[in-house]
Amino acid sequence: MTQYDIVVIGGGPAGLAAAVEARKQGVHSILVIERDRELGGILQQCIHNGFGLRVFNEELTGPEYAERFIDELETMGIEYLLDTMVLEITKERQIIISNAAKGIQVIKAKAVILAMGCRERTRGALAIPGYRPAGVFNAGTAQRYINVEGYMVGKRVVILGSGDIGLIMARRMTLEGAQVLAVAEIMPFSGGLTRNIVQCLDDYNIPLMLSHTITAIKGRDRVEGVVIQKVDHKMQPIPGTEIEYKCDTILLSVGLIPENELSRKAGIAIDSVTNGPVVDSNMETTAPGIFACGNVVHVHDLVDFVTEESRHAGNAAAKYVLADACTDHKGMVICTKAETGVGYIVPQQINVDSIEEKVALFMRVRNVYHNASLSVKLGGVEIKRVRHRHLAPGEMARIDVDKKLFEGMQAEMTVSVVLEEGKA
Amino acid sequence: MYDIAIIGAGVIGSAVARELSRYALNIVILERGNDVAVGTTKANSAIVHAGYDAPATSLKGKMNVKGNAMYDEVCKALDVPFKRVGSLVVAQNDEEVETLESLLENGKVLGVPGLEILSGDTVRMREPNLNKAIKAALYAPTAGIVEPWELAIAYCENAMDNGATLKLNFEVTGIDRKTNGFEIHSKDETVSASTVINAAGIYADAVYSMVTTSHFKIKPRRGQYYLLDKEANGLVNHVIFPCPSKLGKGILVAPTIDGNVLVGPDSQDLTPFDKEATNTTGDRLQYIRETAAAICEVVPYKLNITTFAGLRAEPSTGDFIIEESTEVKNFINVAGIKSPGLSSAPAIAERVVSIYLDINPETAANPTFNPIRRPRVKFADMTIEAKQAVIEKDPRYGRIICRCEMISEGEIIDAIHRNAGGRTLNGIKRRVRPGAGRCQGGFCGPRVMEILTRELSLKMTDIKQEGLESYILTGKTKRGDKDDAI
Repeated sequence: MTQYDIVVIGGGPAGLAAAVEARKQGVHSILVIERDRELGGILQQCIHNGFGLRVFNEELTGPEYAERFIDELETMGIEYLLDTMVLEITKERQIIISNAAKGIQVIKAKAVILAMGCRERTRGALAIPGYRPAGVFNAGTAQRYINVEGYMVGKRVVILGSGDIGLIMARRMTLEGAQVLAVAEIMPFSGGLTRNIVQCLDDYNIPLMLSHTITAIKGRDRVEGVVIQKVDHKMQPIPGTEIEYKCDTILLSVGLIPENELSRKAGIAIDSVTNGPVVDSNMETTAPGIFACGNVVHVHDLVDFVTEESRHAGNAAAKYVLADACTDHKGMVICTKAETGVGYIVPQQINVDSIEEKVALFMRVRNVYHNASLSVKLGGVEIKRVRHRHLAPGEMARIDVDKKLFEGMQAEMTVSVVLEEGKA
Repeated sequence: MYDIAIIGAGVIGSAVARELSRYALNIVILERGNDVAVGTTKANSAIVHAGYDAPATSLKGKMNVKGNAMYDEVCKALDVPFKRVGSLVVAQNDEEVETLESLLENGKVLGVPGLEILSGDTVRMREPNLNKAIKAALYAPTAGIVEPWELAIAYCENAMDNGATLKLNFEVTGIDRKTNGFEIHSKDETVSASTVINAAGIYADAVYSMVTTSHFKIKPRRGQYYLLDKEANGLVNHVIFPCPSKLGKGILVAPTIDGNVLVGPDSQDLTPFDKEATNTTGDRLQYIRETAAAICEVVPYKLNITTFAGLRAEPSTGDFIIEESTEVKNFINVAGIKSPGLSSAPAIAERVVSIYLDINPETAANPTFNPIRRPRVKFADMTIEAKQAVIEKDPRYGRIICRCEMISEGEIIDAIHRNAGGRTLNGIKRRVRPGAGRCQGGFCGPRVMEILTRELSLKMTDIKQEGLESYILTGKTKRGDKDDAI
């Protein structure tokens, strides 16, 4: 059996940043395991720019952003395996992997960092009625065909869902000569970043149809058309509002789901809202010595935040390994809880003793709010309030809470949306 | 000149082909689809019924009980997973409890083994997720689950291993009666055969009409389904039926052989012109959810992987039609095979063989017939040691292509090169399951396409999802013409 101090599952942005950071903290024995044939994860197919404004203070493309970390990893001499699938992880941090080069191997790690990312919700998850022809793609799959494999997926396109990948692909397909007829979004607001709506739809005169959804897919072999309908406030289609578009392609950008099959099998607790592991402020899961970061924990809006979170996880994993921590290393724990208007909070637990100055809470709100505040309470008493001109589910919110505000207090920390009086 | 032309490569046509390949016969299977098992066989409840519900005097009833009993042996020889999980018909009120009793009696007459009526409490002990209102249930231990298309593919492969020929994309457009047999035409080919076996599913009436006035009609009766992710595994342990009605066995909740959960089907008569209407519809899916709640209130639809619809071949005669035509000698109809058609398939095939032998008593046995289909590697289910051993022989079994179902490249390559092999994305999905999991091929699709192009010397743009018109890619991107070599 091979032994490593830290094994990182996944060589995308989260895994790369965590591995590099752990190495910087003094851990030498690190292995990164990647299932694809190159490092970088989904960034390699994101050839548009807009990455790195926070972390590098410049605008990079996805592959460029990944390359910075890959170069650092190579320079540091961190080991990695490509084209290798993790079949199983146990609570005892034993990892079973498979590849063509060496077959099955069993690896033992002092600490594991989960960085498997997420997958796209599919047509099936929405149960969109109609036929099941070719030409219905998840936006990310279409992105891979176009940007990595070099093939176009269609000529006349309707997009369902205004998540960021869908918006990016609306522009990408247009630039490749396809006609994007419409983007339908069942919610009354977009799930994507405002800058993407402006740069990917508005700039190309692609209509965004809010409160609309696809109610039928036509065509037996290949998509021949779709029916789009307006929905009421309960998201039910309104009869008589059907519009049929002739098209050969449907792209779906209807949400991302953290990939936690390995985590579940290892017995790690999963948050039913984020679909990611329950983590503490060290990004440690409920299984001691198993950490998690990036989209496997919760779906991020910007890769820069993934990097920051993953560096934090790499740092904590390194400390865990170097301190030879035992199972009851957590100390005093405060739980967090999302309340009115807030969908979830990560981390779900704060290890008060290991916080240096402040803890960063990440969350998404449930609705679009203008001139609202996020109120942080400890045991029902407000300890911090942050005002926002604009809050939307498509954009993550972050609140840093000073340790001195909760130190020594054993109570639940909640965050809720508070509407400012006199304003809607 | 073939001895036999079988029209239709669904589970019935394929089973008939395999059973006839026991004899020294030159057999051709004509399939209009781009793969075998793409009609009703690919979209049904995937259940091997115990056989208590068809009238005791009907052919359906007899074939079901007999076919059910043959499953263990057939599936063992063909390496097709099959599990006798048992079924429960649940009763919500006293009237329905009476129905259970009459089903039990009918089952006894038909010779269904092991039937018993369980109390509501016993049922809930065995199935804790069932609706609390359930009063009693009819338990049938011999009911089982199987992948229908896998059985059909295995039957067809074994038939071909034993000498049968398969012609895909052969849509029969006309049949001419000749002095010594038949000429069967498609738009680009004609084959001759002494005997025709009509296993054309919902089109069996149309095919029969090519040689005489058909005395039966086949009406498409649509059923829609939800298929839930393996995360829902354990929701129910048996096949759970409501009490049957005139329209059929009702909306069931059942485990699948692969560990998913199936909910459906509804039952909707379509017009004779709707034989291609395999689309799902919002209103019927909603109806399925509402109706299934009577069995199981907590079905986790957020774990839905896909919805689909299948068309039952509902015969105007009300029963299976398995006979030589009285009008046209050497033309055997195997028509109107709706539920319990899958359950009956092995028995139907045997019956067709006996009809053929009655007409052609001189038929000799096939001296090289081998009933065993070469087992396929099922990487995900193997022990570490077994995995290691198979990778040592062929490293391609170590490369996992499908992360959801843990399918290796070796399994995909094997599925391509077998007889009746997969040549499309859906064909590979049906054979070895990449794309059948929760990501629905989002990640593995491009990799499977790449393997198909390599193994079959095709271009990426040649790869189809299912039928010949179901192209996936439309061409190179503006800058994608550099590696034109493929």
